[in-house]
Amino acid sequence: MESESALYINYLPVMLGGVVGFILVFTALIGARLLAPFSKENQKLTTYECGMLPIRRASTNIGMRFYLYAILFIVFDVEAIFIFPWAMSFLNVGVFAYWLMVLFIGVLALSLGYAWKKGALQWR
Amino acid sequence: MSVELFGTSFNPWVDAAIRLQLVVGFMTVVVMGLIYAERKILARFHQRVGPQKTGPRGLLQSVADAVKLVGKEDLRPAAADPWTFELAPYFVFIPIFLGFVIVPWVQGWNVRLLELGILYFVAISSISIVGWVMAGWGSDNRYAIIGALRAAAQGISYELPLVLALLSAAMLAGSLQLDKIVEFQSAVPLIVWQPLGFFIFFVAALAELNRTPFDIPVGESEIVGGPFVEYSGIRWSMFFLAEYAGMLIMAFVGSSVFLGGYSWPFGEDFGLPFQMLLAAGKGGLFIFLIFWVRASVPRLRIDQLMGYSWKILLPFSFLQILINGFVLVYGLPHIILLITGVLSLGLLFWVTEGIVQRPLEPRRRRARPTIVQEAEVS
Repeated sequence: MESESALYINYLPVMLGGVVGFILVFTALIGARLLAPFSKENQKLTTYECGMLPIRRASTNIGMRFYLYAILFIVFDVEAIFIFPWAMSFLNVGVFAYWLMVLFIGVLALSLGYAWKKGALQWR
Repeated sequence: MSVELFGTSFNPWVDAAIRLQLVVGFMTVVVMGLIYAERKILARFHQRVGPQKTGPRGLLQSVADAVKLVGKEDLRPAAADPWTFELAPYFVFIPIFLGFVIVPWVQGWNVRLLELGILYFVAISSISIVGWVMAGWGSDNRYAIIGALRAAAQGISYELPLVLALLSAAMLAGSLQLDKIVEFQSAVPLIVWQPLGFFIFFVAALAELNRTPFDIPVGESEIVGGPFVEYSGIRWSMFFLAEYAGMLIMAFVGSSVFLGGYSWPFGEDFGLPFQMLLAAGKGGLFIFLIFWVRASVPRLRIDQLMGYSWKILLPFSFLQILINGFVLVYGLPHIILLITGVLSLGLLFWVTEGIVQRPLEPRRRRARPTIVQEAEVS
């Protein structure tokens, strides 16, 4: 129960912070709604573009290379999360834990090298 | 259940609300000051005078900007996706604001020092990438979508070196809680033991904040402002506020983790005013470095930028973690960290030199049937 209440006190500001941030943006938008002029004119509402208006939606073509980085990122981010608890507690376990992590990072380095060699890291 | 604040105890809800309100006020004032400082300092770098007409020495420039932005018409293009477009400023600003929760300003002055401080910081601050993508996707504009995708790619790539550099510092301090890391540095700041870690953190922080030379997501000369092309008035200024608030947090986290925060030199015994001076001085120095880099370095190409994160910073941050672990687990003296740190920093600069000067690799094309020329046949 003691730890539960500590958790409650610690993470309460996080929740409230979300609410305060929301209120901050919301009041700013309301302030602009009250103060700023609004006039309806169709030409203002067109998409910002140089020359003629674009055809079709813009959000249809997304380059393939962005997906490659996203997939690589997931692999390495999960691995970074694995390193966090290790980094905080490996001194309690000792030398064995250290060499295990060397092995883990070695395997990851191999995979990074593989991606590198395959050209996944090269922007084309 | 109550929490101490200024000597009196409060209900935790009231306490959290008061602390957050103080942070809101502080953030607003400091962001306004930062905008003025950036314009003035950049002007000095360009050998100009900078803002000088509004108020004494142009001090009221930020106030004038704010009034102008509130009074500006707030447009939403007809083609935009209403929900995504309207919600994007919230998704950009709120995660960055939540980062203020863990910042240790001076001893005992903070919103809440979480036990998982660094993990919380990196987790919460990366959510704003979602907001950037929403802004770009919702605007339904070619420039905006390109900028949003670049922002996402750059944000996730530089996330990893940032996390690992902070973690390597936390390994030495033995805690993820930021005030414990600061207290650990009362004798020697961690930048001495982790020069490589600090460099990686600084570069990754620049990239996370989309500051020059890593500002391809908002590059004005290529994609006219990236995800914010269609935003105007107060909504645009929310993105701007988020950028500067992010810079403030990054500066204070960086100075707490690497420069010794309010603790180094002379420890916490010199009282609150001295601590404030130290914290403000170190945070200001960090922010000044960011401005300085902006004034000196041109924008990077996207292939250099992505390659720099994945091929150089990531392996080097792994190296830093392995070196730290080796020194700690075998109980070696810390001076080895300094030597290896300086050596590997030199190696990093040497490798970077080669990467930056290499020209863009031409796009591979499918082999076309070549016309055989008569001269070759004969």
